[in-house]
Amino acid sequence: MKIATLHDAIADHVHDGDMLAIEGFTAFICFAAAHEIIRQGRRDLVLVRMTPDLIYDQMIAAGCARKMVFSYLGNPGVGSLHCVRRAVEKGIPRPLEVEEYSHFGMVSRYMAGAADLPFFPLRSYMGADQPKVNPHIQFVESPFEGDVVAVVPPLNPDVAIIHAQRADPSGDTQIWGLLGVQKEVAFAAKRVIVVVEEIVDESVIRSDPNRTVIPGLLVDALVHEPWGAHPSYAQGYYDRDNQFYLEWDRISRDEAETQAWLDEWVYGVEDRASYLRKLEGQDPTLQQRLAPGEALSQPVNYGIYG
Amino acid sequence: MTEYTPAEMMITSSARALAGERVVFVGVGLPNIACNLARHTVAPDLELVYESGVFGSRPARLPLSIGDPTLVSGATLVCGMPDLFMYYLQGGRIEVAFLGAAQIDRFGNINTTVIGGRSPGFVGRYEQPKVRLPGSGGACEIAIHAQKVFVIMRLSPRGFVDQIDFCTSAGHLDGEPGGRAALGMPGAGPQLVVTDKAIFRFARDTGEMYLSSVHPGITAEEVQAQVGWPLKVADGLKTTVPPTVEELRLIREELDPEGAYTGKGE
Repeated sequence: MKIATLHDAIADHVHDGDMLAIEGFTAFICFAAAHEIIRQGRRDLVLVRMTPDLIYDQMIAAGCARKMVFSYLGNPGVGSLHCVRRAVEKGIPRPLEVEEYSHFGMVSRYMAGAADLPFFPLRSYMGADQPKVNPHIQFVESPFEGDVVAVVPPLNPDVAIIHAQRADPSGDTQIWGLLGVQKEVAFAAKRVIVVVEEIVDESVIRSDPNRTVIPGLLVDALVHEPWGAHPSYAQGYYDRDNQFYLEWDRISRDEAETQAWLDEWVYGVEDRASYLRKLEGQDPTLQQRLAPGEALSQPVNYGIYG
Repeated sequence: MTEYTPAEMMITSSARALAGERVVFVGVGLPNIACNLARHTVAPDLELVYESGVFGSRPARLPLSIGDPTLVSGATLVCGMPDLFMYYLQGGRIEVAFLGAAQIDRFGNINTTVIGGRSPGFVGRYEQPKVRLPGSGGACEIAIHAQKVFVIMRLSPRGFVDQIDFCTSAGHLDGEPGGRAALGMPGAGPQLVVTDKAIFRFARDTGEMYLSSVHPGITAEEVQAQVGWPLKVADGLKTTVPPTVEELRLIREELDPEGAYTGKGE
């Protein structure tokens, strides 16, 4: 495990053709990592994520991906993912292969991957058409009671990228808020990059071990990148920038405008710090507008034993 | 009579259907407002469960999405998605769930995956769709496990079709009695479809959708014109009771004061 810049973490761990999962269920979406991957010109990635969201819309518009594995395509609370739709419906900027599950199917694939199982059983897909278009969804009979359940195979991405509130220098990572499948994807992936709002002393982590979701053991690179999830959010640190989610709906409808946006906000900035400086130059109230106020949890007593 | 929008009619009709319910799986938009309205009116003990892994949510603002951080602060429990799908949903703890639909057929089977396509045949439709829709999300398994499913969608000929292009979430299948149970689907399937023009329910013996009530000013003929199959109509067709003054006050002053979801009347 080493503490790295985002540039170096991506350069070392994300390669052309990799299967990459940037997870975080409608929260903690690491746009900083996606933008760095676009800047470094990665190609032929297999992008895995339950909810592709704006982050994969942007990466697909930038031509990084050949295939996407997912369970819900949408701009959450706003509408469609227009770049994904252009790729699927018209092959622009390049054709995109899709492999599609329900949410439970994706969760189950990650669990099988994390636990090194050959498949995971779930009661889903009965009466539905997904198994007709995805050979990875099968049905098996239980050897015990003859019950028939669906099964899906393990998913073991080459790289997982997870955004979180804080970690200690060894990569022990704490998350509060929506936990999504962050733990499962970290255990399932061959390499893990964790990006945090803060790096804290080990004693902070040890004061509340129940809040640790990912042990440093799994983490290959730890990156300190405040506001790395903008325009998504980090619980307790900043809110979702909904203005941008609405704005993207307009920008992304047009291929030329989308490319112009990528030129200005991804290729045109050096790193996340420059992106934030540029953003605050245009919107000086940004931090104030997205500040969530304070709702502190009550401390608990773990006790001293011995 | 107080003026109201079609969206407000859909919200109040959905909220009333939650009378006496305890655990509801909520989506954003109209279902979210409907569930919060029900909590203020007919179902004070209603627990809102969000697909993002939040139980007992008390959102301080209208959530912008299913993953809005306002759902977390002040909730009774937040869990990862394995817990949510395995224990809450598959474990049978969800009483009612709301689903949306791009297409629905007479048996309440729902498509939210693809519309049409360039080449003929089922797989061609999927691989080269005319319109690529969001896909399942959790809807496929919600439709299987929730004890009851309520659908909220606008009434239109494009939505109410004889044949859906893709079955994302199964309803009453082909209507054969016991069909769901035979496939191992624990929930009772779709029970109610709330639209901007009328409300539909499903016959117990045939699983077929029928017109249960029309909103004030709408006729059964007008509804039939929007539906792609010969629609069965309830004996003694009723008129939907419009929103009360108090329901409208709660929606407009407390639940959606900016009219984000409710103000766009047609």
